[in-house]
Amino acid sequence: MAVVDSIGRGLDAAPGGDVVLTTLDALIDWARGHSPWVMPMGTACCAMELIAASFAKFDFDRHGAFPRPDPRHVDVMVVAGTVTKKMQPAVQRLWDQMPEPKWCIAMGNCAVSGGIFLHDSYTVVRGVDEFLPVDVYIAGCPPRPESLQDAVLQLAKKIRSESIAEGRTHRADLLLPEAPCEPEEAP
Amino acid sequence: MLCAAYPDLCTLFSVEFGDGVLAVEPGALLSSAEDLKRLGFDRLGMVTAVDYGEQFEIVVRLHAPEHHAAVFLKCRVPRSEPRVPSLTALWPGADWHERETYDLFGIVFEGHPDLRRIMLPDDWRGHPLRKDYEDPHVLPRPDYI
Repeated sequence: MAVVDSIGRGLDAAPGGDVVLTTLDALIDWARGHSPWVMPMGTACCAMELIAASFAKFDFDRHGAFPRPDPRHVDVMVVAGTVTKKMQPAVQRLWDQMPEPKWCIAMGNCAVSGGIFLHDSYTVVRGVDEFLPVDVYIAGCPPRPESLQDAVLQLAKKIRSESIAEGRTHRADLLLPEAPCEPEEAP
Repeated sequence: MLCAAYPDLCTLFSVEFGDGVLAVEPGALLSSAEDLKRLGFDRLGMVTAVDYGEQFEIVVRLHAPEHHAAVFLKCRVPRSEPRVPSLTALWPGADWHERETYDLFGIVFEGHPDLRRIMLPDDWRGHPLRKDYEDPHVLPRPDYI
């Protein structure tokens, strides 16, 4: 029952049976948070650290972050490196091919803000958050693989705090009538 | 070695950075490249350009692996008419070098099979390595860095 123990939230064992009760949120967040499959979007030198992180010495696979070079298989895009204006449509296209829910990690100074190419550059996009919704930023030039592991753990924490019901409640909010307000008196 | 093999060109030679430099007119670029290739300079190192204001200088680096020698082949064209013959017929590998030089300097290589931009998006305006290139999106470097 180690798996069930690690859910740890909203979990009740029904007395006298092999049935456990939980919320759908807890189960889904547990599943998503433990297998953030990674799209290694390596565009520059940070990709070396990303590759190192995925191999035996650092092995971020043990956090469930399994690298898959196919946008349709993955949950997380790790943008590792400088994104140029020529590369931007390709990154955007791969991001659009990823199924929801999806998250993004900006790895390294270039992906965070443009890095050393921030000034006097005509061709570098100043951070992937110009066109992608970034969840976790990792500073460094390049960051160590441990930083990437930390980012994966932070992202897992973020994923576990999300609810699948948010979309519905958000839409429900929109249906509520506007609060009545007193019309201003004409002067 | 070159002078002995090709005395006609000898007067055009100078030496920069320890290597021979052959400066020719744009019209003679293709024929001199052909001659150099026949002499053993059969490996194309690179094609690039320099912006000298009124003129562009096209620089072609040729290697002679058997003789352990290399030479710069240069030719100057006016800024208003930056056109030179393409070397793709002699070296197919010149294709991307010339596309890059076209992309960043706006040098037109006549006879190139597919002269498109290579580094920048196809809808880019201007040629960024020209001295007079201006881009409103560039963030200027502040003084304190």
